[in-house]
Amino acid sequence: MSILILAEHDNKSLKPATLNTVTAATQIDADVHVLVVGFECQAVADAACNIAGVSKVLMADNAVYEHQLAENVSKLIVDVASGYSHILAPATTTGKNTLPRVAALLNVAQLSDVIKVESADTFVRPIYAGNAIATVKSTDSVKVITVRITGFDAAASEGGSAECEAVTQVIESDRSRFVKEQLAVSDRPELTSASVIVSGGRGMGNGENFALLEGVADKLGAAIGASRAAVDAGFVPNDFQVGQTGKTVAPDLYIAVGISGAIQHLAGMKGSKVIVAINKDEEAPIFQVADYGLVADLFDAVPELESSL
Amino acid sequence: MKILVSVKRVIDYNVKVRVKSDNTAVDLTNVKMSMNPFCEIAVEEAIRLKEKGIATEVVVVSVGTKSCQETLRTALALGADRAIQVDTEDGLDSLGVAKLLAKVAQNEAADLIIMGKQSIDSDNNQTGQMVAALLDYPQATFASDVVIENGEAQVTREIDGGLQTLSITLPAVVTTDLRLNEPRFASLPNIMKAKRKPLEVITPADLGIDVGSNVSVIAVAPPAERAGGVKVGSVAELVDKLKNEAKVVS
Ligand SMILES: Cc1cc2nc3c(=O)[nH]c(=O)nc-3n(C[C@H](O)[C@H](O)[C@H](O)COP(=O)(O)OP(=O)(O)OC[C@H]3O[C@@H](n4cnc5c(N)ncnc54)[C@H](O)[C@@H]3O)c2cc1C
Repeated sequence: MSILILAEHDNKSLKPATLNTVTAATQIDADVHVLVVGFECQAVADAACNIAGVSKVLMADNAVYEHQLAENVSKLIVDVASGYSHILAPATTTGKNTLPRVAALLNVAQLSDVIKVESADTFVRPIYAGNAIATVKSTDSVKVITVRITGFDAAASEGGSAECEAVTQVIESDRSRFVKEQLAVSDRPELTSASVIVSGGRGMGNGENFALLEGVADKLGAAIGASRAAVDAGFVPNDFQVGQTGKTVAPDLYIAVGISGAIQHLAGMKGSKVIVAINKDEEAPIFQVADYGLVADLFDAVPELESSL
Repeated sequence: MKILVSVKRVIDYNVKVRVKSDNTAVDLTNVKMSMNPFCEIAVEEAIRLKEKGIATEVVVVSVGTKSCQETLRTALALGADRAIQVDTEDGLDSLGVAKLLAKVAQNEAADLIIMGKQSIDSDNNQTGQMVAALLDYPQATFASDVVIENGEAQVTREIDGGLQTLSITLPAVVTTDLRLNEPRFASLPNIMKAKRKPLEVITPADLGIDVGSNVSVIAVAPPAERAGGVKVGSVAELVDKLKNEAKVVS
């Protein structure tokens, strides 16, 4: 058995989500290969070779793969898939976009958001926004799996010495074209790998008030997150959203400010080690999951918090 | 242009989910069921395209038992023209559903297939991508904006790092994210009218599709509960607890 992992990257650097996926893979089997599909992505492949536990890196480096369009990447994966018992990717928007296509082309099921490996064919995954946990068994010849990164520790990014092999197939769909991208630029840690997150909800009132959270986040080296209501209202961009349909996070400390704690929000942050809630409504459901709840007006409490850190 | 929209009947998003005491499944007896919220957004988008004169017909399809006809009627009341129920047991896997939907799309010669990005019960986020793969169509998942022009769909997608815009040639599959639109409510006259709109029932056998699955659910358990926390009386107490008790702040 060997396992193939689709690397998460932006052509320049390997994303930490890949490291958690490697850990999931090593729990299934020891022979772990990483596939890097991109353009001018040698640095990514080099980083993948260094991951502890990775025995081989395949690199498809071509202009047609610059934006990792699902139509092309899925066919490329199918091309190189023979001999692998499992194909894994982190459950990021890239992994979720691509792996179901791979599974359908291979005529097998796909298991989404796996949080635990029971054995080579049995896996655990949350359903119903994490309100139920399913154990599922697949007898498909190849298991195609996306991995929820909060379910697994990161593998060491150093210590490996895998060989890198070029993959030369060029697969280009003429029916899907990249037009543009608006990516958030921020000096803050990435939401999904931050150890502290300060999140704001509808209670923030407007986008300008998120500056209050930035003050706290600066002191804690934190990322900033948000509820769907705050994103829908235009306070912050979509990539801030934590929850069932946004990002899943599990930092050491999650501070929810002006967030009521709807099940869809909890689905994305319930796994945090320590949860703090600041809300003026003492009945807010967020207090049921909070380790420390402060019933207060956020416009008083947040500035005070910033100055006492 | 003909649009095919798939809709799924799921537990209403406001209902508190309970796992059966024998740990085999979620308890759905006497629970309020509704159209999956992402499917509502898909139906809304299709209807808007029809209202703009871009689409000529909106066909809705649902895969499931007879009870999903209720969901199809809701879609008809919202403005879809015609409905198809693919009559199956509950609990098909995404690949089985995708095979049925792909065949229906082919038979209907749909130019655009709009689907929700995930259903809030199984939370898989797979079926749209699978339909696209089976038909060898391009896809634009997690859409927050769709513009149809000259046989192409220009779609803005919500991705982890921000937004991405793709241009895909029709026929194609688009899956909806939350911010694509705000679905309307069905009016009473439209609910009445929907009762007379055509609803066809077909079977996987009619479509020549085998929906067998190699995945089985071994157990469904409730999640580990978080131990209840405490309320703190002041910011000073909070900071003290974070520093000295939880030790997550230095
Ligand atoms: C299909 C579907 C998917 C969804 N996915 C997600 C998701 O991924 N993520 C997500 O977050 N939501 C999601 N939602 C939405 C979710 O159901 C809630 O509507 C949303 O989380 C509410 O956001 P909120 O807590 O910010 O707003 P509200 O529920 O409006 O809560 C605002 C809170 O702020 C408090 N407040 C107001 N003013 C102050 C003040 N001055 N000081 C202190 N507290 C104050 C109030 O007491 C209240 O508790 C989804 C919904 C659906 C249907």
